[in-house]
Amino acid sequence: MSTLLVVGADLAGSGPGNLLLADGRLADPADAPAGVDRLDASGLVALPGLVDLHSHLREPGREDAETVASGTQAAAHGGFTAVLAMANTTPVTDTGEAAEHVAELGRRFGQCQVVPVGAVSKDLAGHELAELGLMARSVARVRVFSDDGRCVADGRLMRRALEYVRSFDGCVAQHAQDPTLAGPDACCHEGELSGRLGLPGWPSAAEASIVARDVQLAELTGSRVHVCHVSTAETVDVLRWAKRRHVDVTAEVTPHHLMLTTDEVVGYDPTYKVNPPLRPAEHVAALRGALADGTIDVVATDHAPHARHDKEHAFAEAAFGMLGLETALAVVLETMVNPGALSWSAVAERMSYDPARIARLPDQGRPLRVGEPANLVLVDPVARAVVDRDGSASLSRNNPWHGRDLPDPVVATFCRGRSTYRRI
Amino acid sequence: MRHLLSAADLTGADVAAVLDLAEEMAAVQGRPVKKLPALRGRTVVNLFFEDSTRTRSSFEIAGKWLSADVINISAKGSSVSKGESLRDTVLTVAAMGVDALIIRHSASGAPEQAARWLAAQGSETRVVNAGDGTHEHPTQALLDAYTLRRHFRRFAPAGDDFAGRRIAIVGDVTHSRVARSNVALLTSLGAKVVLVAPPTLMPAGVGSWPVATSDDLDAVLPEVDAVMMLRVQRERMSGGYFPTPREYTIEYGLTRPRLGLLRPGAPICHPGPMNRGLEISADAADAANSLILDQVAAGVAVRMSVLYLLLGGVDEGPPAATRTRTVASVPERAGV
Repeated sequence: MSTLLVVGADLAGSGPGNLLLADGRLADPADAPAGVDRLDASGLVALPGLVDLHSHLREPGREDAETVASGTQAAAHGGFTAVLAMANTTPVTDTGEAAEHVAELGRRFGQCQVVPVGAVSKDLAGHELAELGLMARSVARVRVFSDDGRCVADGRLMRRALEYVRSFDGCVAQHAQDPTLAGPDACCHEGELSGRLGLPGWPSAAEASIVARDVQLAELTGSRVHVCHVSTAETVDVLRWAKRRHVDVTAEVTPHHLMLTTDEVVGYDPTYKVNPPLRPAEHVAALRGALADGTIDVVATDHAPHARHDKEHAFAEAAFGMLGLETALAVVLETMVNPGALSWSAVAERMSYDPARIARLPDQGRPLRVGEPANLVLVDPVARAVVDRDGSASLSRNNPWHGRDLPDPVVATFCRGRSTYRRI
Repeated sequence: MRHLLSAADLTGADVAAVLDLAEEMAAVQGRPVKKLPALRGRTVVNLFFEDSTRTRSSFEIAGKWLSADVINISAKGSSVSKGESLRDTVLTVAAMGVDALIIRHSASGAPEQAARWLAAQGSETRVVNAGDGTHEHPTQALLDAYTLRRHFRRFAPAGDDFAGRRIAIVGDVTHSRVARSNVALLTSLGAKVVLVAPPTLMPAGVGSWPVATSDDLDAVLPEVDAVMMLRVQRERMSGGYFPTPREYTIEYGLTRPRLGLLRPGAPICHPGPMNRGLEISADAADAANSLILDQVAAGVAVRMSVLYLLLGGVDEGPPAATRTRTVASVPERAGV
């Protein structure tokens, strides 16, 4: 494996230093051999490789929308060195064999580490537990379980899942959406706009009420619950309450919920149809505040590629979801770092250390220190670009950032010492 | 006017132009030969993704009386299940050389999306919203305004048609595209609208609409110059929006006793089809002050007016067949 000396990068906000990448690990720069390849990183920030707790890679099943190869290439372009691949593929990742298949696809085709998320319930149906223990004991070592796309609405099933995963230090990642308050037709935030546009709405209470139940179940069972894609101010309040009680709860927010508001759906453009839906500005402000103060632990993308023909329907009938891997760090810069709400070291926590800790990934989310795996991303803090959806490594084009002027931070990504993306 | 997608897009002057021309169209309907040559050579397609007898027939007759070639395409059933996207269906039909697409869809916003996809192709095809989900039904609001204006003028020929008039819209406002279009249109004409509905059938955010709201029909009826009753869809009755049809009728139906609360002669409207005995009694539907059949008649004249204003103003131009090739040959833009 090649050896590379990265010179003069600001190491996650702690000041300039050098990094020697050798044999997939960080070595002491003083040991760099004469004539080693050098990369001048002055003016750049080095962060530990980003970890995405929430991606949809669509393989197996919808290889026309995304594959492990294309999705992880998009991840590498976005500075990620590990992604968790959600279970709602065809077949569903609900057995040990299915989890091993996804992990194997990652080993063969991945431009970053691919970690399968296991389903909570068989076939995501919400009735019986999936093979949680066999997935955990498989070579895929599944630790995060989620029916994402659907809520584990049955309180008894949620309780059993939490109890069951406790024995192998697992975590249940909940898509919080009470289906009786926000059914499958609910396609945008319920409020003035949904009433005017005549679109079935999804009230904030449908999210916060499930989170309120789940943090109490986590307390009851002494287990770990993770809240996917928090979208409302009310959920933030519930999380604050639970964390004060020392409940073992973590939560994520997506880049799109940090920046885009429900006003985007005015033209009925299904690019902006996502679940949970885009919310009004006061929720966006609450989410930013919660990410800044740690009430929300991590940023996760909910990267959800869709073939064009699945998006080119009437708004109510089009698929939910939007791309996110390539632009996640750009949006965090724009909404959190540039306004002064997050430092670089806090970005490392929210996008690398904490997601790796929640997913129990031993080789990810490690500090930039000698001996650690050489997973890192070099970031230009000032570069900007207009996003072009046709420049994406993803196979899909449902990119809500198309045409927007955003930071363009990722300059190079290294996964276990191997360059997976580099533009300098 | 390029498309007719929403009543909210229309200015008071636009509405007046449509209604004034509709008066002329209505005069033609009284002649033995009803056909005008205005849209000869033009092709109008009724592209209906949702069943509708009266709206489709009304547009069909309107187009035919203007000498357009009118074709009906029923695309019922979810395009998602058929494997063809809405965009493909719309562009395919438009590429046949269609001058106007009259679109009805069970999903809100479909005509607006169609207009955007057509514009991205450089297509000249016009789009008329014939009812989209629970969003809007602008030609219904135009024909309601036409009917009411005629009524008001009969009794107060010199007065302002709508200024200061109070009009109640009663029933399932949440799921009513007729209500949304009427709120936009009537308020732009200067009327004061009061929405009457049980709290479960009042839309989210109605507090920011330019209307008054009430859940007390008895208190509202003596105050208004006209009342529009909305249809209660069968599927709402089991949806938990109100306890029983009986309770709905007692609280919100235009029953025979309630007719006595209306000002003398105050007109009664209903977009149809009516659930007689539920939201409207037979006594109300057939009362002397009921304008329900006038609304149906007005539908043809108003839709003739809309089609003429959208298509008749265009230069003679090349025949439709030539335009077809032009539209079809525009390369698809990547990523649209």
